[in-house]
Amino acid sequence: MARKVSTTRKAVMTALAWGIAIVIFFPILWTILTSFKTEADAIASPPRFLDFDWTLQSYAEVQSRSNYFSHFLNSVIIALGSTAVGLLVAIPAAWSMAFQPARRTRDVLMWMLSTKMMPAVGVLIPIYILFQRFGLLDSRVGVLVVLMLINLPIIVWMLYTYFREIPAEILEAARMDGARLWDEIRHVLAPMAVPGIASTALLNVILAWNEAFWTLNLTTANAAPLTTFIAGYSSPEGLFYAKLSAASTMAIAPILILGWFSQKQLVRGLTFGAVK
Amino acid sequence: MTYKMRALMGACAVSALAVPVGAETLTIATVNNGDMIRMQKLASDFTTKNPDIQLEWVTLEENILRQRVTTDIATKGGQYDVVTVGNYEVPIWARQNWLRPLDALPADYDTDDLLPAVRAALSVDGKLYAAPFYGESAMVMYRTDLAEKAGVTLGDSPTWAQVLDAAEKMTDRDAGISGICLRGKAGWGENMALLTAMANSYGASWFDAEWKPQFDQPEWKEAATDYVNAITRFGPPGASSNGFNENLALFQQGKCGIWIDATVAASFVTDPGESTVADKVGFAQFPNKEGVDNHGNWLWSWNLGIPASTDAPEAAEKFVAWATSKDYTNLVATEEGWRAAPPGTRTSLYENADYKAEAPFADMTLMSMNAATPDKPSVKDTPYTGGQFVAIPEFQAIGTAVGQQFSAAAAGQVSPDQALTQAQALATREMAKAGYPK
Repeated sequence: MARKVSTTRKAVMTALAWGIAIVIFFPILWTILTSFKTEADAIASPPRFLDFDWTLQSYAEVQSRSNYFSHFLNSVIIALGSTAVGLLVAIPAAWSMAFQPARRTRDVLMWMLSTKMMPAVGVLIPIYILFQRFGLLDSRVGVLVVLMLINLPIIVWMLYTYFREIPAEILEAARMDGARLWDEIRHVLAPMAVPGIASTALLNVILAWNEAFWTLNLTTANAAPLTTFIAGYSSPEGLFYAKLSAASTMAIAPILILGWFSQKQLVRGLTFGAVK
Repeated sequence: MTYKMRALMGACAVSALAVPVGAETLTIATVNNGDMIRMQKLASDFTTKNPDIQLEWVTLEENILRQRVTTDIATKGGQYDVVTVGNYEVPIWARQNWLRPLDALPADYDTDDLLPAVRAALSVDGKLYAAPFYGESAMVMYRTDLAEKAGVTLGDSPTWAQVLDAAEKMTDRDAGISGICLRGKAGWGENMALLTAMANSYGASWFDAEWKPQFDQPEWKEAATDYVNAITRFGPPGASSNGFNENLALFQQGKCGIWIDATVAASFVTDPGESTVADKVGFAQFPNKEGVDNHGNWLWSWNLGIPASTDAPEAAEKFVAWATSKDYTNLVATEEGWRAAPPGTRTSLYENADYKAEAPFADMTLMSMNAATPDKPSVKDTPYTGGQFVAIPEFQAIGTAVGQQFSAAAAGQVSPDQALTQAQALATREMAKAGYPK
């Protein structure tokens, strides 16, 4: 029998949820508001919330100084490309770990995850020299490969968790009906795992879009994504908050919109397996 | 040949024609400062005069730029043809052969016109390794109306005792006015720039002739104690997290009586478009302790250098010469007025009556820059050069770690004595680790 929840409790929980959501979202809201202020209003003390002269001046200046579209295009190519290549590698890997586990599968999975704990700066110089030797500095392909590799453990782990939820008997039945390995993955496993693959892909796109360390260090102009675009608007001497906020808003807007429309899949992806 | 194929070939031909035959592309790494952004806007003057050279700009935040360019130059990545570097890096990188000497500057460049202190800071063994784009020292900026109300006079060259006394008298908490605004944010280029200059002016030094840290000496104790007292008693709330921009905003809003910082700030605080106190600002030299002949020795310049790994050295030097020439200064004056001219690099600018008429801070800026002697940062004998920094590669790490101690002291978390003890211990440890004395 379902437990009865009192109205007061419901109201408190709703208010609490809204409160937490507002606290989490406030920095983004503040950034968006600041982007519509003048530099003087952006640093006004006490801060102005809505009572300021709204202006698009910062957007106009950012647009005139930087080639937003070129950075945006690079971000799209790098984020989608690294996700697509990552999935191509991760789906067979996760399949084998989920349905044909070996004695050390668990250890391999833990080892893969442990690579995420390594500080990226520790391998910057070797990777930079490798990139230089192979002519990959400031190339989309180079950044795409690096981002694919650094996100691969997460993709494999997420897919592995999803695949484990699929009863192995269904795959066995397919095999009994004469399905070969590729048919099994393509016609049986993939359709059943579509929600999982979709949320993994979405999360990976967001991770790749936001990645700043490697994109800043391995690109210069041609392959520079939106992280480099934002980094150009912080100034050591002079007021810059409104322009930086405008640049940040322009950089996060596409991923914010994508996240808004796909929030259901994202939440499912992030909480999958958490509650049985 | 199909229609599609013809269209494709036509498009290829058009795109090939769009780029001048044999055109060289220079990739220029720079920081997001007003003067640098202005240079990008005016760069069409250079490309018009040099149609065979195209420019590609990479603008990054200062610390990211420093890390990015260091990685590229150290590994000979060759990603940049011209880099924006500070006078801290120039001699260090020049000795590593990471920068090309500027020995093909045109005859009319007039190297002798460069301010002597700036030129010295960018030269190694008499060779210039970077050309200054704009330079700065540090000075006192104060509210003349508040000083008058408080009955204090600072003059051109005040002592620390006078400045701290004036700060106390100008403080008016009810009116939201802090007597003095100083950098408190931790970092070798943040609070340690100010505190190192302050220590110099108290007669202290970072290291003795044997590279032994000197935070246990009485001069450092006096400087640190006065710094912490000033910032906690007369400073604004949350001063321990304030850097240049935060203090600039406070001063422009009329909330600081005195602000001691880079001379480049003078143009911002006297700009009526940005500052509410533009017509009430006085200037004075960086203070010294009575009897100590040292005004902090703050000297910073943003310079254009050419990495040794560039594959377009001639074109790069042409660009550097254009951007740091007298003609460029005149171009800025013609397009945006003399007030916008990049300061602190050329003597001729400070002899220009038009510039002096528009920049009331010009004389004090020149006086401050000329007072800087990077070869002798302290009245004590030191094994290093510099001013508000120590010109050794290890300083970035040690300076930031020490800066965290003094930022904690400014926040009231530790006493000045505890901060000094910690600073002495960690500087001793890091210097030993780095193998000093070398």
